[in-house]
Amino acid sequence: MNFNSNHEIIFDNVCFAYKQRNIIEDVNLRIKKGEFASIVGPNGGGKTTLLKLILGLIKQDKGQIHIFGKNPDQVRHKIGYMPQYAHLDMDFPATVMDVVLMGRLANKHFWFSKKDRFEALTAIDDVGMTKFTDTSFNELSGGQKQRILIARALCSRPELLLLDEPTANVDYQTEENLFSILQKLNSKMTILLVSHDLGFVSKYVKSVICVNRQVVIHPTTLINGTVIKDIYHGDLKMVRHDHRCSEEGHTHD
Amino acid sequence: MIELFHAIFDPDNLFLKYAFIMGSLASIPFGIIGTFVTTKKIGYLAGAISHSVFGGIGLALFLQVNLGLTWFDPLLGALLAAIIAAVLVGLVSLHAKEREDSIIGTIWAVGMASGILLIDMTPGYFNLSSYLFGDILLISSKDLLYVGCLDVLVLGISILFFNRFFSVCFDSEFTYLRGINTTFFYLLLLILTALTVVLLVRIVGIVLVIALLTIPPAIASFYAKRLWQMMLYSIILCTLFTWTGLGISYLWSLSSGPAIIVLSGATYLSLLVIHKLLK
Repeated sequence: MNFNSNHEIIFDNVCFAYKQRNIIEDVNLRIKKGEFASIVGPNGGGKTTLLKLILGLIKQDKGQIHIFGKNPDQVRHKIGYMPQYAHLDMDFPATVMDVVLMGRLANKHFWFSKKDRFEALTAIDDVGMTKFTDTSFNELSGGQKQRILIARALCSRPELLLLDEPTANVDYQTEENLFSILQKLNSKMTILLVSHDLGFVSKYVKSVICVNRQVVIHPTTLINGTVIKDIYHGDLKMVRHDHRCSEEGHTHD
Repeated sequence: MIELFHAIFDPDNLFLKYAFIMGSLASIPFGIIGTFVTTKKIGYLAGAISHSVFGGIGLALFLQVNLGLTWFDPLLGALLAAIIAAVLVGLVSLHAKEREDSIIGTIWAVGMASGILLIDMTPGYFNLSSYLFGDILLISSKDLLYVGCLDVLVLGISILFFNRFFSVCFDSEFTYLRGINTTFFYLLLLILTALTVVLLVRIVGIVLVIALLTIPPAIASFYAKRLWQMMLYSIILCTLFTWTGLGISYLWSLSSGPAIIVLSGATYLSLLVIHKLLK
């Protein structure tokens, strides 16, 4: 294995099973520094499992995983993570600042410092939410909550950003805004995100990681009907969102 | 009402003054721990812990009378049972998610039932109603000292680890990824809940303690924007409910614990309806 390469994520023959069902089988994966990739695949295909293996939240049954050349447990501080916001308690009494500051939690310090607050404000500004700093988190719309969770992930200045369905339950305009933000952030960090909207993400990301127990990486330009059929094991309607849709409308493949 | 004020300041009615001081002191752990329990949505775990306390009280009485272990105070038994139950339900909720409901329900019921069986096997008569429904009017100066110590402990730990408890309650997985030992802080929270339950069972009893732990934070959540505000409002509400409930129970010769709970429960349900109508 070549640790001197600029591969930030390396999976070698990784297998993971849950309740005797294989979720990930014999996966080999190389993700380069500066990549912007979308993980796609059918439900239960192993997309979230792949993210959790990278984060070290679950352990593989077989094979080797190296993130920045080390075990996932040792490099968590270099990874920013945005979970699906649906699993969070929407009535929790917290302001935007309270939520973003969680990204500055560290084992050595009990309270947040001025630097922590500065980093949190910078991250909130990066996602264009400065005027909502003191607003209650539960008063925000779905898209605004997603942005705040991205800010929380950015707060620790990560080198790798992982996002689990960042555009679930948000409208098209919000989706576009979020991806514009992510595209800008990609100049500073590697980004991997889980998405179901292959048609939409393909115009922003550089490659698509297709996960259905096994993993295949395709450059975005090579995504076509046959590839999609292979990923999902069946026919699927793909909606290609066109930038000029106001003039020409959406095209359906 | 004037009669009540006279009674509080009457040197012969020391029990009433103690009851009001206890109400104020108890509101601090009730407000702080209750807010964590409510936001983390672990009221049923606190219920299992509080009912297990009865098992500890039964064991202490059994050992005192049958084996002559006079040093084994019911408070010590309650404390031991509550801490064991807290660690047990904590580990179950962390590691046996699929069977969590049935295991916690079993701990809840077995804790209570074993206490009754142990008392059945102990000769003599024991007034169980003060354990079950509380009797704040039987508070001694020693009880006030214990609860004062609990206040210092709960306040100290909550201030020191506020950010960690906040994060564990809001998003435990993310907190873990930030390198925080979430299992430790979750179990610490449950142990603090156990201590709070044991020392405050004297006010409203085992059956009703969960209500006082969860109703003031539930009302506070209507108005609080931040976690510390919810705690502060809960402490104030808890003090008001215990004082008013005590006053009502004294003036109309009613049981103090149920009076406090009915008052706080009725307030919560009324405000809930008002909030739903206003939305």
